[in-house]
Amino acid sequence: MIATGISGEGAALMVKAKDVRGRSLWVDAWHRLLRNRAAVVSIVILGVIALMAVFAPFLSQYGYSDTDYGAISCAPSWWNDPGVCNAGGTHWFGTDNVGRDLFVRILYGARVSLSVGLAATLVSLMIGVAYGATAGYVGGRIDAVMMRFVDVLYSLPFIFFVIILMVAFHRNFYLLFVAIGAVEWLTMARIVRGQALSIKEREYIEAARAAGVGTWGIIRRHVIPNLLGPVIVYVTLTIPAVILAESFLSFLGLGIQEPLTSWGVLIADGKEQMESYPWMLIFPCAFMAVTLFCFNFIGDGLRDALDPKDR
Amino acid sequence: MAAPIFEIKDLDVHFATPDGDVHAVKSLNLTVGEAECLGVVGESGSGKSQLFLATMGLLATNGRATGSVRYRGEEMLGQPQRALNRLRGSKITMIFQDPLTSLTPHMTVGAQIMESLRVHQRLPRDEAEKRVLEVLDLVRIPEGRRRMHQYPHELSGGMRQRVMIAMGMVCGPDLLIADEPTTALDVTVQAEILDIMRDLKAELKTSIVLVSHDMGVIAGMADRVAVMRGGEIVEHGPVEDIYYSPRHDYTRMLLDAMPRLDRPDADGDAVAPLDPAAATILDVEDLHVGFPVTEGWSTKTLRAVDGVSFTLREGETLGIVGESGCGKSSLARAVLKLIPNTEGAVVWLGRDLGQVASAELRKLRKDFQIVFQDPLASLDPRMTVGESIAEPLRSLKPHLTRAEVTAQVRKMMDLVGLEPVWINRYPHEFSGGQNQRVGIARAMIVEPKLVICDEAVSALDASIQAQIVDLIRELQSEFNMSLIFISHDLSVVRRIAHRVMVLYLGRVVELADRDTIYADPRHPYTKALISAVPIPDPRLERAKRRVRPTGELPSPLDTRASLIFLKSKAVDDPDAEQYRPKLIEVAPGHLVAEHDAA
Amino acid sequence: MASYALRRVLGAIPTLFIIITLAFFMMRLAPGGPFDSQRHLPPEIERNVAAAYDLDKPLYEQYFLYLDHLAHGDLGPSYKIKDFTVGQLIAAGFPVSAKLGLSAIFLALVFGIGLGVTAALYQNRMSDHAIMSVAMFGITIPNFVTAPLLTLLFGVYGLHFFGLDLSLPVAGWNGGALRNMILPVTVLALPQIAIIARLVRGSMVEVLHSNYVRTARAKGMPSHVIVTRHALRVALLPLVSYLGPAVAQLVTGSLIIEQIFQLPGIGRYFVIAAIDRDYTLVMGAMIFYAALIILFNLMADILYGVLDPRVSYNT
Repeated sequence: MIATGISGEGAALMVKAKDVRGRSLWVDAWHRLLRNRAAVVSIVILGVIALMAVFAPFLSQYGYSDTDYGAISCAPSWWNDPGVCNAGGTHWFGTDNVGRDLFVRILYGARVSLSVGLAATLVSLMIGVAYGATAGYVGGRIDAVMMRFVDVLYSLPFIFFVIILMVAFHRNFYLLFVAIGAVEWLTMARIVRGQALSIKEREYIEAARAAGVGTWGIIRRHVIPNLLGPVIVYVTLTIPAVILAESFLSFLGLGIQEPLTSWGVLIADGKEQMESYPWMLIFPCAFMAVTLFCFNFIGDGLRDALDPKDR
Repeated sequence: MAAPIFEIKDLDVHFATPDGDVHAVKSLNLTVGEAECLGVVGESGSGKSQLFLATMGLLATNGRATGSVRYRGEEMLGQPQRALNRLRGSKITMIFQDPLTSLTPHMTVGAQIMESLRVHQRLPRDEAEKRVLEVLDLVRIPEGRRRMHQYPHELSGGMRQRVMIAMGMVCGPDLLIADEPTTALDVTVQAEILDIMRDLKAELKTSIVLVSHDMGVIAGMADRVAVMRGGEIVEHGPVEDIYYSPRHDYTRMLLDAMPRLDRPDADGDAVAPLDPAAATILDVEDLHVGFPVTEGWSTKTLRAVDGVSFTLREGETLGIVGESGCGKSSLARAVLKLIPNTEGAVVWLGRDLGQVASAELRKLRKDFQIVFQDPLASLDPRMTVGESIAEPLRSLKPHLTRAEVTAQVRKMMDLVGLEPVWINRYPHEFSGGQNQRVGIARAMIVEPKLVICDEAVSALDASIQAQIVDLIRELQSEFNMSLIFISHDLSVVRRIAHRVMVLYLGRVVELADRDTIYADPRHPYTKALISAVPIPDPRLERAKRRVRPTGELPSPLDTRASLIFLKSKAVDDPDAEQYRPKLIEVAPGHLVAEHDAA
Repeated sequence: MASYALRRVLGAIPTLFIIITLAFFMMRLAPGGPFDSQRHLPPEIERNVAAAYDLDKPLYEQYFLYLDHLAHGDLGPSYKIKDFTVGQLIAAGFPVSAKLGLSAIFLALVFGIGLGVTAALYQNRMSDHAIMSVAMFGITIPNFVTAPLLTLLFGVYGLHFFGLDLSLPVAGWNGGALRNMILPVTVLALPQIAIIARLVRGSMVEVLHSNYVRTARAKGMPSHVIVTRHALRVALLPLVSYLGPAVAQLVTGSLIIEQIFQLPGIGRYFVIAAIDRDYTLVMGAMIFYAALIILFNLMADILYGVLDPRVSYNT
């Protein structure tokens, strides 16, 4: 009895002596994000679409380029209904005008659209952060010149250059990332530069300088961590913009080449057939719209979570 | 007492926040009588502002008020906007703390004052304009006709708050609620605004509710005082009872925490005397700091610091006092070489810091540190307080192991009154006072020889302020540091400084040891500054004779500004090179700038 | 203000010059040329064609030649659209694109501001969520989807009210008749309405929480006065900054709209010329676009200063 009492007290002391775990701003933001229903649902949906895209070959008996001339332009069928398609077989989302299974093609399209979205955003992220952080933190005349250059590029219709590049280099798949990323980095640079400028003026930067921290240490320990929030938000909003840009190029016939496909290509093809075979437009459209929706909801959710102002 | 005109009964205010319900005001009762001034005093978080926002129906959307608020018997709470709008702005008006953000930026001040008249009294334009001019005159705004057509950003802080008051008074209200009306203002401007409000009350018999955290401000105006804490009134009574025979411990604590200019060295406020043999460690010679300012096509230099010299000895505390724009923060940063000085020298232990290479300077930084004004803003929000405190150690004493650093951080946290187990917490989890302790720990952990406190206690409540000042004093005697203590508040400086230097527009106007400067100020600006500090004693505060400073603060870009107290020598040209007032030693160690006789 | 505008216009000249130079060399250095597709031509004819367009000269010489023509206001002949100069093509197409674009932006402003303000006033309530969800649709669905869908709905299936055929024409300019403009303008305006509504909602929410709106409420101002007189002006400032580039983009037309609705605008030149490597047309379109961007940005900045007296034109 007595012994347990003592050990209880000892345990209490042990607990008291243990360091309190702080809640970092990241943890706080994460909890706020989890309370945002739209964002959480979006993350789940996006996760499912991404997983389906990754495991596309295992999800269907059809290959993405398998043409079946017995099953041209079949309506969607969920069970084996010979009335729908003369050749039989189930095509959940129907088939296209050369008899390829639309479900599989949409998943393969998702691979292309999502990876173009991610890769081009990554390109824009790298150029934009490096350029913007340098201009913002160095400031002065260098900043003025660098930002003037961005202004000049802003007044160019950049889709030109993407088109020229795509035509000149014969629709190279990797060039697509670079070309779109090279367009999108301008805004990223502006955002990063604005953040860097305002962070530079904060008192805690001055405190770090007074504490003898060097320029590189300040950028690494103080500027970059505090800059990440808005950048993450912008990244989630850039991905859908890139997916849209890719679909625009595909619509012009400058995107991905057959038999590979992307959502933009599928939508462009579907548009031609929409009066007689509406599913060819509806299914890829739905996938793309849902994906863009999700990214936008996540972006909005992240912005509210990282920068709470009670709204 | 006649029937009250304003009656608050069982008022509760709740806020729904993501972290749960916050009960900001707890079944509170309060009345305001005819032509009465009610002072409501309380520290931050006491719910005093939310109380009156609730009565006016101005709570944020997540707030909810229940109970009863009556104006002349008419219920206000829960009324539709339309019904409230008959009273708000015409019978009951409210003015707020920050006059710049509280005025619509794209409307002229005349239009903003006039719209009340147009909406509530439906006056025709010319009559309304006449009334606006009258009320501008009432709040002592000169050249009303010209001011009417100016935008808020073209006015000084004091002028803006006068516009706010004019807006509140223009419809001839029964009750004016002033929520911290002088908190954002300099002390001389504050005195001016309080004078105006006092006169308005005497002339127009308007009832006033004055909400403030400052016992001194309340003392000069209130007939009755309510002391608030945690959403409740802890004590309530006539002003003399509250100040001369407080019954509640909290009231007593608030009064004791106020530094008193009228009572030097009350209970342990005496400053430890300086060792007469102490060596000089810092010598600042004719320091200038200038910032280029573009005006139209030309660039002018804003002289933030305009030729300041002083010395500092080991273990000594120099108080630097001045109002906003006097260059005190620029001076601090230039001394620490955080910003470049344009002329002059900072000599540290015999070495001119201007000649030291930047890598060398970084090593020297362990000898001089700084504590900033805003405790939250000066800590990186994404670092734990332990990391923040450790930062100077890691960069200035890189030979220490991780374990040694942690051990020192814990020791330092204990020393500044923080639980060492909080080492992994983040700034946003702490109060302002606790964060300032973190800031102090960060500055002190390298055991510097000099610490500059730049308005280090200004953002804190009076009770916390006293604790932090005491902490700094304890640490100073423990480490035998020198201090430069910068503040706009003369009474705080008095508790800690050996010598006091008064700055005005980047120049020293007076420098003397602490007793002399308060007992025998010579310069008119020093006198005005001292007489403007409100004293938390109703009889003294009301009997006090104020020395008024000369008008508005002139633009520091105008070279004539530096001769504001020596107009006889000024050349009437804003760009001319002007005579520089000299510092004259009127007594040993007492320097006063030349000035015209009053 | 006039001197400010003048300084800005003068400041735009080096910008334009950089753009011209950049565009010229990027265009020329990319592989391929305007006459590549006509490979079946005998070499001597190909040489003659090249000589006729100065393409045989060294690049720097072509560059200075181009600048020289440009200084005389001559954008040159189109390489691919025979018998037309670039200037003629722009002069013919721009009024169409501008009329469509300006109508769309007008529509977008009216609906976007209205919806944005409404959403902000009912923040976090049903109408707010409803408006913002619809706005999300507007932003995420590309116009090459909305265009055929609307065509299908209102053109092909048609609108029939009590026997009246209110179907809209699905294509053609028809001299700019209102009936022909409804569908393309709607398709152009939809995403803009959505973007503007989101922008205005965000800034309006911020302004409604500001201290000066609280002051206006404390003064007993009715809510329509608070919204129109105190809040709206500041809330529109971010919109003004957005509008500069957005208007420039809209008035220079959209390939997709022009292709789907078969309209004679200039948007298609941007894409066709780039694909065909019609050097002069690309350059002309690009210079025209850049000049418009600069012009509309200047107008936006001046408007910004008019709305916000805190902005001074001194710097």
